[in-house]
Amino acid sequence: MKHSITLGKVSKFMGLGFLTTFKDLFTGKLEKEDFKNFLRKVVVPLASIFLFIGLWHAGSKSLYNIEADFRINKALEEQGQVAADAVAACIALGEDSSCQPNTLPSPAQVWGSYKSLLRDHNIISADKAAFIEKTAVLNEKRVADGKDPIVYTGRPSFVDQIFRSLQTVFAGFLLALLIAVPLGIFIGLSPTLKSSFNWFIQIFKPVSPVVWYLLVFMIVKTLLIGSSEDSSFTISFISVGLCSMWATLVNTAMGVSSVDKDYINVAKVLKLGTFQKIFKVVLPSSLPLIFTGLKITLSVAWMVLIAIELLAQSPGLGLFVWEEFQNGANDSNAKIIVAMFVIGIIGFLLDRLMLTIQNWVSFDKTDAI
Amino acid sequence: MAYLELNNIYKTYGQGENETEVLSNINLSIEEGEFVAIVGFTGSGKTTLVNLINGLLEPTKGEVLFKGEPVQGTSHERGVIFQNYSLLPWLTVGQNIFMAVKEAFPKKSKTELNTIVADYVDMVSLTPAINKRPKELSGGMRQRVAVARALAMKPEMIIMDEPLGALDALTRGNLQDEILNIWGKDKRTALLITNDVDEGIYMADRIIPLRPGPNATLGPEFKIDIERPRDKTEMNDNANFKETRNAIIEYLMDIGEERKSEAKAEFVLPDLSPKDFVNQFK
Repeated sequence: MKHSITLGKVSKFMGLGFLTTFKDLFTGKLEKEDFKNFLRKVVVPLASIFLFIGLWHAGSKSLYNIEADFRINKALEEQGQVAADAVAACIALGEDSSCQPNTLPSPAQVWGSYKSLLRDHNIISADKAAFIEKTAVLNEKRVADGKDPIVYTGRPSFVDQIFRSLQTVFAGFLLALLIAVPLGIFIGLSPTLKSSFNWFIQIFKPVSPVVWYLLVFMIVKTLLIGSSEDSSFTISFISVGLCSMWATLVNTAMGVSSVDKDYINVAKVLKLGTFQKIFKVVLPSSLPLIFTGLKITLSVAWMVLIAIELLAQSPGLGLFVWEEFQNGANDSNAKIIVAMFVIGIIGFLLDRLMLTIQNWVSFDKTDAI
Repeated sequence: MAYLELNNIYKTYGQGENETEVLSNINLSIEEGEFVAIVGFTGSGKTTLVNLINGLLEPTKGEVLFKGEPVQGTSHERGVIFQNYSLLPWLTVGQNIFMAVKEAFPKKSKTELNTIVADYVDMVSLTPAINKRPKELSGGMRQRVAVARALAMKPEMIIMDEPLGALDALTRGNLQDEILNIWGKDKRTALLITNDVDEGIYMADRIIPLRPGPNATLGPEFKIDIERPRDKTEMNDNANFKETRNAIIEYLMDIGEERKSEAKAEFVLPDLSPKDFVNQFK
């Protein structure tokens, strides 16, 4: 019983309240009054998922037919009946990618690509493990001799790309946090700084991620001149950080400058020092707003990451999407859709993660005073 | 020389055309160990007056002298109990008080400070709630925490800005007694701002009405010559109490009347009379 209460609380805390309904369903605790609730929270969302997949399937089928008909007719007009029959046969066989209609893949194709990506990951992981095992003795010797160990340089798998993207986004998020929160506190505390930084924020906030990338590229390229190191990761995480930090900066400054006057009076009456005042009164009271900013920052970071990785040629999901698009293989389109879903789901999970941390660290403003 | 002296205080807000004078020509002197109450209508500038005394605001004209020295900024010598408790919601009861005590006695060790916190929490009988956050407490309990926080800093004077204004009548009565008890122990100088005449009479040695603002100024003072400890039920039959209470209320009512008559404007009504309905339908 105690366990079930915690599950309910935890899932609600994380904004995943629907999980409890599922649990009630499986433990058979569903009451008659709960049926309506169950309908609304489980059946309707499931139905909408199926409807979505159905519409997608129908849409991709009709797009496929449009493109197939076009190809057959084109062959008929330009090369005659024999060539048209050959094209039709080739499409029906579905093996040669050169004659296949290149359009929106169906849900089944996407699922197939997902499984093939996983298979690919398993093969690459096994390969990597074997390589590490093979080079273990040699590497030990190289390290002992003061040389760099040999590292695996094979193609990264889809799963590796996901982790690489997460690394980039967290590095960028951390950079945004380290710049925006202290700067926001200073700006919020001093009206002079606020007016001197205002133009800066207003002008740079709406700049597109692509331009940020180019700016960072110009600077980092010169700073790392002569170095043989791959700077694409550095460039992409700095760009992500600079792009996404504005929400946190603005929210922190606003939170700090709008601390309840009562709390400031308390700080004055107790004669708290500046440092104490900031850490004991101003920061705790603006924490909810700072976290709202950080939540937006993380979701913006994840969104611009894809575009920046694509530009910077930095390994990750963005580059994966771009390479698949350039690749033009039979299942490239399906793989792009897989990446799209993975990006969406990870974005959702990151958002929930921030919400959980936010609920955990900040007091409820409505209960204040 | 008086303990606290206010000489010809004027306080204005705004500038130029928007300038409004909230307080004008305030003169007040409080002796050491005295309990003075200032009674006034809501919006008459009571909080402004309090903030001038505790150092959160500076007077536009005139001077506030505390022990002969002009008041500059806040000081630990003058403890303040705010109207809306002003506890920090992210700290527990103990932490709220600890923060104040640590500032007041920076040289004491952590154990000593914790003992002081525990003592004062015990004094307002909140020991079971020491680890609770303000939102888990009732209004009365929160105000008790605020009282403990102000007193734990061992101020020489306590300034209370409508401390019981937001509480229900029963809790109010209890807290009045508690504050009087605590005050009675070491007779610190106390200034109570309130809108409740009975509360003022019950608690204070002297009551001074504040004429409502703008241009609020202090009225004539009323001495309360009732022996302490005072008893609420007995006081109702006390001739002195009745007399003083009536005098203060009458004074305040007169101000209210004055205000009404000041706002008198003549509205000329048009000379109309109803039509003759009976004739109309004939």
